[in-house]
Amino acid sequence: MKESLERIELLAKSELERIRDSKELEALRIKFLGKKGELTAIMKSMATLSAEERPAIGQLANRVRADIEEAITSRAEELKAAAAEQRFKDERLDVTLPGKAPKLGRLHPLDAVMHEIEDIFIGMGFDIASGPEVEYDYYNFEALNLPPDHPARDTQDTFYISDKVLLRTQTSPVQIRVMEQKKPPIRIVAPGRVYRSDAVDATHSPLFHQIEGLVVDKGITMGDLVGTLDMLMKRLYGEECRIRLRPHHFPFTEPSAEVDMVCFNCGGKGCSMCKGEGYVELLGSGMVHPKVLEKCGIDPEVYSGFAFGLGLERLVMRKYGITDLRLLYENDLRFLGQF
Amino acid sequence: MNLSMKWLKDYIDRDFEPKKFCYDLTMTGSKVEGYEAEGSEIKNVVVGKILSVTPHENSDHLVVCQVDVGKGEPIQIVTGASNVNVGDVVPVALDNSYLPGGVHIKKGKLRGVESNGMLCSLGELGLTKHDFPYAIEDGIFIIKEDCEIGEDIHSAIGLDDVSVEFEITSNRPDCLSVIGLAREAAATYGIDFKEPSSKYTGVREDIDKKLNVVIENGKLCRRYIGGYVKNVKIAPSPRWLRERLRASGVRPINNLVDITNYVMLEYGQPMHAFDARFIKGNEIHVRNARSGETITTLDGTVRELSPEMLVIADTEKPVAVAGVMGGEYSGIMDDTVDVIFESASFDGASVRRTAKKLGMRTDSSARFEKGLDPHLCEPAILRAFELVELLGCGEVADTRIDRFPSPTEKKPVPFDPDWINRFLGTNIPRADMEKYLRAIGFTVNGGEVIAPYYRIDIECKADIAEEVARFYGYNNIVGTELKGVANAKLTPAQKLQRQTESACIAMGLSGIETFSFISPKFYDKINLPKDSKLRKSVTILNPLGEDTSVMRTTVLPSMCEVLARNYNLRNPAAALFELGNEYLPSENEGDLPAEPQRLSVGVYGDGIDFFGIKGIVERIFAAIGLEGIEYEPAGPGCGFDEAVMFHPGRVAAASLDGKPLAILGEVHPSVLENYGIGVRAYCAKINISEILDIAIPEKQYKPLPKYPAATRDISLVCDDEMPVARLEKLIKTAVGNFLESINLFDVYKGEQIAAGKKSVAFSIIMRSKDGTLTDEQAEAAMRRVRKSLQDENVEVRG
Repeated sequence: MKESLERIELLAKSELERIRDSKELEALRIKFLGKKGELTAIMKSMATLSAEERPAIGQLANRVRADIEEAITSRAEELKAAAAEQRFKDERLDVTLPGKAPKLGRLHPLDAVMHEIEDIFIGMGFDIASGPEVEYDYYNFEALNLPPDHPARDTQDTFYISDKVLLRTQTSPVQIRVMEQKKPPIRIVAPGRVYRSDAVDATHSPLFHQIEGLVVDKGITMGDLVGTLDMLMKRLYGEECRIRLRPHHFPFTEPSAEVDMVCFNCGGKGCSMCKGEGYVELLGSGMVHPKVLEKCGIDPEVYSGFAFGLGLERLVMRKYGITDLRLLYENDLRFLGQF
Repeated sequence: MNLSMKWLKDYIDRDFEPKKFCYDLTMTGSKVEGYEAEGSEIKNVVVGKILSVTPHENSDHLVVCQVDVGKGEPIQIVTGASNVNVGDVVPVALDNSYLPGGVHIKKGKLRGVESNGMLCSLGELGLTKHDFPYAIEDGIFIIKEDCEIGEDIHSAIGLDDVSVEFEITSNRPDCLSVIGLAREAAATYGIDFKEPSSKYTGVREDIDKKLNVVIENGKLCRRYIGGYVKNVKIAPSPRWLRERLRASGVRPINNLVDITNYVMLEYGQPMHAFDARFIKGNEIHVRNARSGETITTLDGTVRELSPEMLVIADTEKPVAVAGVMGGEYSGIMDDTVDVIFESASFDGASVRRTAKKLGMRTDSSARFEKGLDPHLCEPAILRAFELVELLGCGEVADTRIDRFPSPTEKKPVPFDPDWINRFLGTNIPRADMEKYLRAIGFTVNGGEVIAPYYRIDIECKADIAEEVARFYGYNNIVGTELKGVANAKLTPAQKLQRQTESACIAMGLSGIETFSFISPKFYDKINLPKDSKLRKSVTILNPLGEDTSVMRTTVLPSMCEVLARNYNLRNPAAALFELGNEYLPSENEGDLPAEPQRLSVGVYGDGIDFFGIKGIVERIFAAIGLEGIEYEPAGPGCGFDEAVMFHPGRVAAASLDGKPLAILGEVHPSVLENYGIGVRAYCAKINISEILDIAIPEKQYKPLPKYPAATRDISLVCDDEMPVARLEKLIKTAVGNFLESINLFDVYKGEQIAAGKKSVAFSIIMRSKDGTLTDEQAEAAMRRVRKSLQDENVEVRG
């Protein structure tokens, strides 16, 4: 019986060597270890052995069974690994082929930058306000300290709808509308479309976008204006961005300032991009004129404020290096797809 | 305003490096556009003297000159000019010299004879006869100036000025003058400014016997000074005066006219000189034009005048349009004997309106319209008198007429240094503030300042703060962070816009920006009927052109236009959106139009069909959180006049509780043809503003199902006309509470289905939240479904 056991073990191990898949392996397991298998048959015949022989043979039988089981398990693992290997080989892909995905649309660059600026201002505590594009002369000019026949009206060629109604030439009328409706503290930006009677060319368009800003509260200073604009530009263009203010004239602010940014290209030395000036014009700004506050029922002895207005197109063109403004309104997909 | 740096030196005793000067003045508020050194293109051109002129051996029209250029040995130059004689002093462009326009002169041979340079004409130096009236234009410039042989041409003929171009803002007409800019420059550098003062001797003359002046409209003319100059000698002005005019961009004409221009440039006060012969009745009336009056202005144009215009008239007719331009026969001529100088103050707004209406903006009107103080009239005319005597071109009457009915004094403005510092956020000492203010002519009196008369823009404390800030330096103001609570968020409208944009982008649509104004022809292009209310647009009175003349009442034509453009650019597919406004005129005259916001979507290209555009619209509504939208074929009364621009069988209107929210569909073939789009295209418009009025419920969690669902499929045959939505509605009602969803999985027409019929199959999912549905319950529901469908003549097949 001892010989039989040893023969079975040898046979099982040699047959295992030849096994090539899990089906054959299962057949082998049943052949040797199954209920009707050879080892089971021997175990059953152990009853015929003497009491002295039984423990030794029993021990041997158990060991043989354990050895065969272990051999089968390890063979099974080998087979699984080989199969996996084969599958990976069969299923290998050219990973350099392009990916598949639904097409993603893009925001128009004007809207993308507009949102960026809006978000910066929301972060600084500015609400976003709006006003009509077809506007009364009163809001667009008169309330902004630009009475009829004011010479500064010449700088803004205006589209008229009637004597009293026009297409707003600036987002500044929103200042008035906000101040009429809301008492200080006021902290708003007002983005939107504005219109001027300029023929279309590489740098002009009869329709463009501005972003107006207005802050009115007790104790607002020109230093606050400087600090706010400086922060805006740093957030928009990076910490190294530097601005300068220079005196200018807007009828609705006093003092008024034009704000320039140090030219990106030359860092202020002067180059062809900044026409040798070292600076590029960014926006107009100033302290809200006391007459404007008064017109809106805000006491200039108690409150002060600042306002600014920047042109979106110029900002977008500078940001992306676009040299022809017309591209922004032609909506060619080959252009829109770049942003 | 072009400033001659030589002229500036009359008032400030300092030389400036131009680039730095430009920067510094810009930073105190006089913005410099640029500067130009006169004759900067000319290099290596000197004064030479002709020593001999001999014939050219190989040419009849060339001559050979020996020219002394101050270098010992004379040089030989061949010239074709015929006006050169021995002894003439001429400009000589030496070997390797440059002339305006990038002309490079090198030595060479002309018909075999060596030539070491070129003799120059006025034109070759970039000059005209106006600069040197004694010279000829078609020949060599024979110099009659006090200069040395070999001297550089720039200094020899006074071509060495620097002209600085200022962009002066409309509140500072005083800076449209040499004196005004000199004062700003002196204050910028903190150096002395020489106050102008003019002296003249005059000849005894009782002006009242020569002239009378009547101001008939004292509102539009606050002051009129008339001066009289007898026995004038008309001639070219001296060189220094011509040079200064030239550097200021004004053409020299003759001494009397030049004097008026010179004074205008120097003081900023426009002046006029009349030939006394043509002032009928020796009377000047400053009055409104009469109906039907005309005037022929100096430029030879006949102008029709209207009664709101102010004119200078004699007893018979207008002789000048006040502050704008003189009349043809009033000007100075070669045989003029006596001259009347006008130095007057006209109302800015009136001059502006008149100049605009007549279409002639002049240097004079540009100054008046900004508002000039009447006090400026006197120093200006005194300067003119002084110049007449300096130039020796006439006898100035020692009396003058000065009509100044109601002089006003400048009102003081409060001066509160503490307030200024609080307002600017600075800490500037009072003494510094006073220093800045005095430097620009202000008088500081304790708690008050009085601005000089020429500063028309100073009215309040903030104005004083600006003056202080300008000279303190805007960039010395330290930036501070805003104090107070920063609390801001997007409004519901802004949130809705961003949600909409995100949904569009996620579906592959790209944003576009189109003009708000369109051509009225756009309405024809989308087949709008003549009586459509959408044709009533807000119209621009002064459009750039017909194609941008009305504010759009519908966003869809703009979208079609962009689709067409991309189609023509051969972009194979397009998927676009725009959030834009429509401008709908108000019913009430004078009210502003409504400006509702719309989303327009436009697509063309492979794989897109009606259900593609509908899917886009459905997704957008889903992204916004709107449920229960109903789609119906769009026709008259659907709430969208644009329905006519779509394929009549492929257009739907979406509504919620009867409120029209969107229209979508395939663009009508004839509209595609109008736009030249050669493929099927699909458009949609969603009324974004109207969605804001709908209460969109906040999202709420619903418990996940605990019990299994019962699914039943149903297949039916119905009339082709029957909308699937109607079938779904019937099923929904019949199933009742247990219904979880109805999924359409097949629509079929063709073989085995009778003509005019279609087969439709749904999968109906039912679920109860209280327990597992029994077969009985599901079957009962399906019986109700079958019954309800059969009642509508729908054949249920299983």
